[in-house]
Amino acid sequence: MSLMNLGGRPIEILLVEDDAEEAAMTTEVLRSGRVRNRVHRVEDGEEALAFLRRQGRHAAAPPPDLILLDLNMPRMNGLEVLAVIKQHPVWKRIPVVMMTASDKEQDIISAYDRHANCYVTKPLDMEQFIAAVRSIEDFWLSIVRLPAA
Amino acid sequence: MILQPFENLSLAHKGVRRMSSVRERIRIDILLVEDSPDEAHLMVRKLQEGSLNVRLDVVDDGEKAMAYLRRQGEYAGKSQPDLILLDLHLPRMNGHEVLAELKQDEILRRIPVVIMTSSTKEQDFLDAYDLHANCCVPKPADLDEYARAVARIEHFWLHIARRP
Repeated sequence: MSLMNLGGRPIEILLVEDDAEEAAMTTEVLRSGRVRNRVHRVEDGEEALAFLRRQGRHAAAPPPDLILLDLNMPRMNGLEVLAVIKQHPVWKRIPVVMMTASDKEQDIISAYDRHANCYVTKPLDMEQFIAAVRSIEDFWLSIVRLPAA
Repeated sequence: MILQPFENLSLAHKGVRRMSSVRERIRIDILLVEDSPDEAHLMVRKLQEGSLNVRLDVVDDGEKAMAYLRRQGEYAGKSQPDLILLDLHLPRMNGHEVLAELKQDEILRRIPVVIMTSSTKEQDFLDAYDLHANCCVPKPADLDEYARAVARIEHFWLHIARRP
């Protein structure tokens, strides 16, 4: 485990993903990785903000160390959530990895304009999807120094 | 290892392999802002080992970095980089100041910035993220680990992440 990160406690990951199957796959890959982590899944942008605000059923939620954020979601889409997070005085430092099926250039530009930390296109092929999640886990949980939440 | 002046460290890696993917033929421009010649050499070497068509330009202080990004003076003909590797402790204009300026620019803000620093101060990392650094990677003291870290940065940012 990257002991440089976070004093040895599990890395808290907020997964914002409306597709149950993809969420399950992502969670499984992350949980089986080398670095101890806990994945908290919410299904849309409004719930993501409720999680960050520790509102309602998320009253006991830990502050996330990393956010994996889908783009196309009901109620509040990923770009709207991203804009709120990156304008917040505290949340803005949480790395946000956009994970989306969209490979439209305008979506990529819009995400980086709103200070997404990076943008990863979800492969359609399951093996490639798993490999992409492993790459995210390998880089963001092992190499990167995450800001202490 | 014979060190070369910084002006000789710009490399145009022009090799295009047969059977390479379209992605591999596309040139990727990287700006390295690093005042240590040894570390710059190591970075250049590791990035050159990759499969992609990478052009790496090196500047050794923050003011040159901004001049490069604004295509001023001797950098007038440069392309906007696809990725910036930025040290924090630099002469003339430090990494935080460079980061603040470029992340406030409407166009330059899109360029992913990887902070690579030997700093161990938590505040340096927090300040970098507050200024919208895309990620912060501590520089390992050990050379082999340093090389591995660069390889993983190369793998993630040039093969996995989409860049604008």
